[in-house]
Amino acid sequence: MAAKPKKGTFMADNNQDNRPLSPFMIGQYYRPQWTSMSSIFTRITGLSLLVASLMIVWWFVAAASGPEAFATANGFITSWFGDLILFFSTWAMFYHMLFGIRHLIWDSGRMLEVDQSEMYAQAALVGSVLLTIFVVIVL
Amino acid sequence: MGFITDRKRAAGLGSAKTGTEHHWHMMVTSVALLPLVLMFILSFGAILGSPYSEVIAYYQRPFPAMIAILTMLVGFNHFAHGARSTIEDYTGGLTRKGLIIGVNCLSYSAAAFAIFAIVRIAL
Ligand code: HEM
Repeated sequence: MAAKPKKGTFMADNNQDNRPLSPFMIGQYYRPQWTSMSSIFTRITGLSLLVASLMIVWWFVAAASGPEAFATANGFITSWFGDLILFFSTWAMFYHMLFGIRHLIWDSGRMLEVDQSEMYAQAALVGSVLLTIFVVIVL
Repeated sequence: MGFITDRKRAAGLGSAKTGTEHHWHMMVTSVALLPLVLMFILSFGAILGSPYSEVIAYYQRPFPAMIAILTMLVGFNHFAHGARSTIEDYTGGLTRKGLIIGVNCLSYSAAAFAIFAIVRIAL
């Protein structure tokens, strides 16, 4: 028996002919499309929400610790840099939420046609921007 | 190792482990987060920027405190499971195990810190 390539436990290990693998195909081998881009951005926004989440945890812990600690954390969050993080996180949250809802719709067996998905993606992208602007104005 | 057949070598490497449960967990937490996150953005956004005494008074009210506690609890739980999918897609072996354990430690610690803090403010 010829020597077999070592097989591993995750997808890139079984890539014996060195073909390009998802998600590293976008751009290099595959033209960006609404489907692929909206998918990877759901992941990127979901992960990036950790930053704002930890900042908010810090704010709560500081508020529980007393006025001095609160002044430090609150000062950071309400600074221009904290505002910038919260602004982009608000958008990321609405984007992730609207595209998360698309997953729930898909799971119910609906909207599985490519043109329907793309239309939802375009509407949700606009929707996430509008909701972010709404929150910035109202709050 | 030459005696192992290809089928045996492949068995257990694919999906069909606990994926269904993981997926269902993501769905449940997603649905729960929909109202929670919306209410949290509105309530947290309303009080952010206020002075210390007002913030304390605000989170001593049951409704803002409960929304914040539930959002932290379910949110970090959803994050830990979601980040796990990402880790499993791009890494393997010891790196994968280490990262998953790390993400869990971080997520549950963050949730515990937040919830303890909110309860402390509220009581
Ligand atoms: C309204 C609230 C939310 C909804 C409806 C929602 C929905 C979803 C859904 C359906 C998935 C699965 C995506 C997939 O199968 O590819 C997902 C993944 C994920 N979510 Fe959320 N989510 C919400 C809030 C959050 C929050 C607050 C965070 C972070 C603190 C977060 C972080 C993540 C991460 C890291 C993933 C994994 C990304 C991936 O596997 O590509 N989500 N979310």
